[in-house]
Amino acid sequence: MDTYRIGSGAGYAGDRIDPAQALAEHGRLNALVFECLAERTIALAQLRRSRNPAAGYDPLLQERLRAVLPACLRQRTTIVSNMGAANPLAAGAAALAVARELGLPRLTVAVVTGDDVLPWVRRHNPVLMDALPGGPACAADLGDRLLSANAYLGADALLPALATGADVVLTGRVADPALFLAPLMHHHGWAADDWPRLGRGVLVGHLLECAGQVSGGYIADPGQLDIPGLADLGFPLAEVQADGSAVITKLPGTGGCVTRLTCTAQLLYEIEDPARYLQPDVVADFSQVQLHDMGADRVQVRGGHGHTRPDLLKATLGYRDGFIGEGQISYAGPGAVARGRLALQLLQHRLQRLGWAGLDHRADLIGVDAMHGPGLGADRAPYEVRVRLAVRCATQAQAERVGQEVEALYLNGPAAGGGVTQSVREVIAVASALVPRDAAPQAVTVMELCDEAA
Amino acid sequence: MKLHDIAIARSGDKGNRATLSVVAHDPAHYPLLERLLTPERVQAHYCGVVQGPVTRHLLPQLGAVHFVLEQALGGGVTRSLALDAHGKTLSSAILDLPLDNPGTDTPAAR
Repeated sequence: MDTYRIGSGAGYAGDRIDPAQALAEHGRLNALVFECLAERTIALAQLRRSRNPAAGYDPLLQERLRAVLPACLRQRTTIVSNMGAANPLAAGAAALAVARELGLPRLTVAVVTGDDVLPWVRRHNPVLMDALPGGPACAADLGDRLLSANAYLGADALLPALATGADVVLTGRVADPALFLAPLMHHHGWAADDWPRLGRGVLVGHLLECAGQVSGGYIADPGQLDIPGLADLGFPLAEVQADGSAVITKLPGTGGCVTRLTCTAQLLYEIEDPARYLQPDVVADFSQVQLHDMGADRVQVRGGHGHTRPDLLKATLGYRDGFIGEGQISYAGPGAVARGRLALQLLQHRLQRLGWAGLDHRADLIGVDAMHGPGLGADRAPYEVRVRLAVRCATQAQAERVGQEVEALYLNGPAAGGGVTQSVREVIAVASALVPRDAAPQAVTVMELCDEAA
Repeated sequence: MKLHDIAIARSGDKGNRATLSVVAHDPAHYPLLERLLTPERVQAHYCGVVQGPVTRHLLPQLGAVHFVLEQALGGGVTRSLALDAHGKTLSSAILDLPLDNPGTDTPAAR
């Protein structure tokens, strides 16, 4: 059997690093994938790059590579990651710098570019998907607030990079499962129109892309579902066969567990129609997937399928969307809920006095209704509550005033309020649009560190 | 008995939509999930939170029922004013549904 072992080293930009190091050292992996780009991460990275042309890639890239590069080079484990974010070429240079710093004899990095479709979007003004009523309807409506536009590239963009034999493949925006699908296609020789196998490769990628979420993270519920060793949660790996069937597992001795339940929860996570999971490489079909719990943290995955890929690529547009000003204050003990409600009434009055009652805002009582509104659970009186006012503002100064109004409750509000916090943040929102495949001209740049002494 | 006693739930975000999966601890309880968790019942439970329609997908071989809740995230994660902008905690709310006489207090299953 030709088993390809592929591990998941990160499920988001800030994820823990030690489980990835354990996988690199003990996982006997063919590939280790780091998925580190959330929807708006690229827009934020683009802002950093606009201030510093050498920035704009994942701030943790070097720390992650330092932890795994020696073991990965030794064992010929290919590292694949979207940590290039808004500046993949600078990320490549940063990777070489890590190798030099560690005294590694050589390193080859292949950088995939072409996801930046901002010029195309500016020229062709695509309509925005799922536009909100009264909100921007097409890219031009965003005007100079538009910061970035990046297409979700597919595995086809990564294959030429893998073909160079590089030790590290770095990308910007790529569909998350494609980071896993590409090395599977490369190793097993799957054709670009072998839809059933591509569907199964996407399935493996989707199960792994959130790292610890398939190996016992985000599922513990004491008394209902106890997870062993959560503080030392191990990250998952898949053993993938040439037909696309796979076993999801994790390293022995690490915390967490891999079961039918953990795999099912991840299988459906953030999927809309399970029969039509749209990806750049294939429309994957998870509707007939079978999971067989083999025990000992091994779950067999079969039954994934796929259909012809979509014609267009999805792109994410990042844009400036004003500010959110927020303030919070706590009340506790007898009458806490009533004092919290009084505080909220006072704040609503203050918004009226300022002429801001028309602004989009939320007035929550944390502990009572902040999560699910007044309909669910609001009748269960807690010991302590936290008042929260959040207001969408046009300017930073206006947003700062929101927190100040909450702080003023110290001397001007109900009895015994405490623990005020204030925050102001600029909102970088995202919208989606469809772009033609040739809007994203893909290219691979190979960067090498050679042992100068050799 | 509540749904919490027989199932787990996880929610996720997709633009202004929330996804919600409910998975039975014991796959033998799947028919109960399918009967209890009609789209109408789920929509009614999230009244005031979910502004749009609810679509249901059945995965009997996994012991799971999956939903897409439209207009559920205050305009979407990136611009929402909510404390839980991702709607991550939405999943826990459904587990509060009582299981007692599920056949009598639910609309006809689809």
